[in-house]
Amino acid sequence: MDTRIDFYPTHNHEGFKLRHGKPFPFGATLVPRGVNFSIFSKHATSCTLVLFKKHANEPMVEIPFPNSFRIGNVWCMVVFDLDCEDIEYGYRMDGPFEPNVGHRFDKSKILLDPYAKAIGGRDVWGTKPDWDNIFQHRGRLVFEDFDWEDDCPLEIPMEDLVIYEMHVRSFTAHPSSGVKHPGTFAAITEKIPYLKELGVNCVELMPVYEFDEFENSKPNPVTGEMLYNYWGYSTVGFFAPKTGFAATGRFGMQVDELKSLIKELHENGIEVILDVVFNHTAEGNELGPTISFRGIDNQTYYMLTPEGYYMNFSGCGNTLNCNNPIMRNMVLDCLRYWASEYHIDGFRFDLAAILGRDPWGVPLPSPPLLETLAFDPVLGKCKLIAEAWDAGGLYQVGSFPAYGRWAEWNGKYRDDLRKMLKGDMGMLGAVAQRLQGSPDMYEYSGRGPSASINFITCHDGFTLYDSFSYDDKHNEANGEDNRDGGNDNHSWNCGWEGTTDNPDIIALRKQLVKTALAVLMLSRGVPMILMGDEIGRTKNGNNNTYCQDNELNWLDWSLLETNDDLFRFSKNIIAFRNAHPVLRYHEHFHNADLVGSGCVDISWHGTQAWKADWSGTSRAIAFMLCGKHAKGGTVNDDRIYVAINTYWDALDFELPTPPKGAKWHVAVNTSMPSPEDIYEFGMEPELGNQSNVLVGSRSIVVLVGK
Amino acid sequence: MTFSATLEETGSDARIFLKGELDASSAPQFKDAVEQAAAKSPKRLILFMNELDFMASAGLRILIFAKQKMGQGVGIYVIGCKGPVLNTLEMSGFHRSVYVQDTYSE
Repeated sequence: MDTRIDFYPTHNHEGFKLRHGKPFPFGATLVPRGVNFSIFSKHATSCTLVLFKKHANEPMVEIPFPNSFRIGNVWCMVVFDLDCEDIEYGYRMDGPFEPNVGHRFDKSKILLDPYAKAIGGRDVWGTKPDWDNIFQHRGRLVFEDFDWEDDCPLEIPMEDLVIYEMHVRSFTAHPSSGVKHPGTFAAITEKIPYLKELGVNCVELMPVYEFDEFENSKPNPVTGEMLYNYWGYSTVGFFAPKTGFAATGRFGMQVDELKSLIKELHENGIEVILDVVFNHTAEGNELGPTISFRGIDNQTYYMLTPEGYYMNFSGCGNTLNCNNPIMRNMVLDCLRYWASEYHIDGFRFDLAAILGRDPWGVPLPSPPLLETLAFDPVLGKCKLIAEAWDAGGLYQVGSFPAYGRWAEWNGKYRDDLRKMLKGDMGMLGAVAQRLQGSPDMYEYSGRGPSASINFITCHDGFTLYDSFSYDDKHNEANGEDNRDGGNDNHSWNCGWEGTTDNPDIIALRKQLVKTALAVLMLSRGVPMILMGDEIGRTKNGNNNTYCQDNELNWLDWSLLETNDDLFRFSKNIIAFRNAHPVLRYHEHFHNADLVGSGCVDISWHGTQAWKADWSGTSRAIAFMLCGKHAKGGTVNDDRIYVAINTYWDALDFELPTPPKGAKWHVAVNTSMPSPEDIYEFGMEPELGNQSNVLVGSRSIVVLVGK
Repeated sequence: MTFSATLEETGSDARIFLKGELDASSAPQFKDAVEQAAAKSPKRLILFMNELDFMASAGLRILIFAKQKMGQGVGIYVIGCKGPVLNTLEMSGFHRSVYVQDTYSE
């Protein structure tokens, strides 16, 4: 390749040898003996490539693109003989500054390439930036030589997933994690045995694209503690991993480190889903910094009002113009890149309803971006999961344009389950739908239960333990007088607001956590648990810890000992789900016996067998799954009976007769102390009285007929 | 400290002794040694790093290159690497793709 005679410099600028570049792919691409730089701008009048030595304050050279190097709206140029290990690059764009028509060009700014695949400038987490530096977020070149060996995405069927939502830094930043490099990709690798023991087979990583933890950082007005853009829902560069999440970030090896983590997770049977934030960027509104898009082609990349102000469907100052074809292609390029170069198994789209709005903000009936992603060949086996609402009031849970591919975070599952668990009346009808994979929301449009990502907690809102420890949010630490964060928590403090020594209250909270996890794992659809809920993690009642780089977010690993009973329960209830195929299927129940087993696939009961009490005052419900219907009748499983009692007293449930020759065995009883709360697969004791079972207050009993 | 990469061939082993600091400027020298070694189709590539003081990402690139250049059947051994070098291998995860050992005996 080095000796190709058709690829030689034709131009020269201050000693740098140049040649007309290729318009595609966008970004900086290594080519024989050089680098191909290509960038789009429709409205810029000129473009200059700015090259720095790594970490240097001043540019090494500024190379204006000769006009002959522009094709249409793309500037492209090959620069030869660069030391790829030691280069940082950006662009200057000249053009009109006319905000009223959407143009905000400023050639004094050095701009980050939207396609930069590694970004310097925030190399080590929390290191205060030099704000005088003229180039804050610095594009770098990456090599794509990672040794994947035979690794490939796992393609685990949706219905078999158990998703664990986690934040890279929070998972191991706490001193109790005992890892070598706390808060990094490398540290997660060290904790893979823990994830395996828990039994999850998919991690969903909160944002790992480059973001700036110092965006809007400020001291807490009360405590003086620094508040950061900690969670990272504000992207600087969509193609680059967060450098400060890599132990090797200071050496520029973040790409290798993240790929190593993914490879290692795959080797252990764990998929990786990325939480992607295509609704807005770190540039904020007209008062925000000019980092990249604003200076490259503001009018193309952002949704603007007729007066040229930023539309704000994201609640974060600006809104990316996702159904403009340029932006749409960037999203597609980006996801293809992560799927092919990083072997990512799927994506969860933050505030995805925005992706279905047209450039003027109007919801589209058939959004081209969502359709494109659903039918893309490279993404053909990737999981696509929408957070099907936005901050502009568009709520599409159950109606998100799915094209046979898209799943959704089921916000109704969360709300209905929480209300039921805290003992609200009138919830049983809705909850019965949620337990079945929400056919009321999905079946009419031909979507199976795997469209429903079932969750009771996620990063937004209370942890599971806090859901039963607090009636109200306590967000004072965020420095906004407790105004931020949602108020519809559907939580209950079990009689005391917050931490207590009262053993009865603690026991009740744990019992409710176990009951919630059990309901989640028994529901049809795809369960997702929040990092730490398996060991009773608390955030002290804060339901919006987006800015907290401290114990409020960091997982305290000592809980693994304090709450060893919770961990034991969590891993066994996940194992229960994995052991019983009748719980996991991509089709809805038929409420009929289509396989001729003599029993319907799902039947409903109450304190009386075969007589469910759906009345508004009822707080007791039971259901039975016939194991002969497992996976559409292709696999044989046990019969499973589940009784849920959210009343404040114990209730006696009359049991349906177990199958001929079988007996009911107790798998789960959350009103019992550990270890009688759950039994390992195969170790379930036979139920003494086969005709009735007493279900304690606010608890769940699961029986296996075998 | 100046860098050196010395190739020695012993039977079916190719041994490269690395000294000094392996960074972007010295990486090509290491790459040459790997290419020479690969030309002889050895069964094992043994990299002695006892006297290697530092390895930048450019060095890691050559290790990745070596792994892919040698092919699947060839074991790559990294011998005696010290604190910062070992750290770099571990953080980047590359230590899982090769055999990292304190010493080497046939």
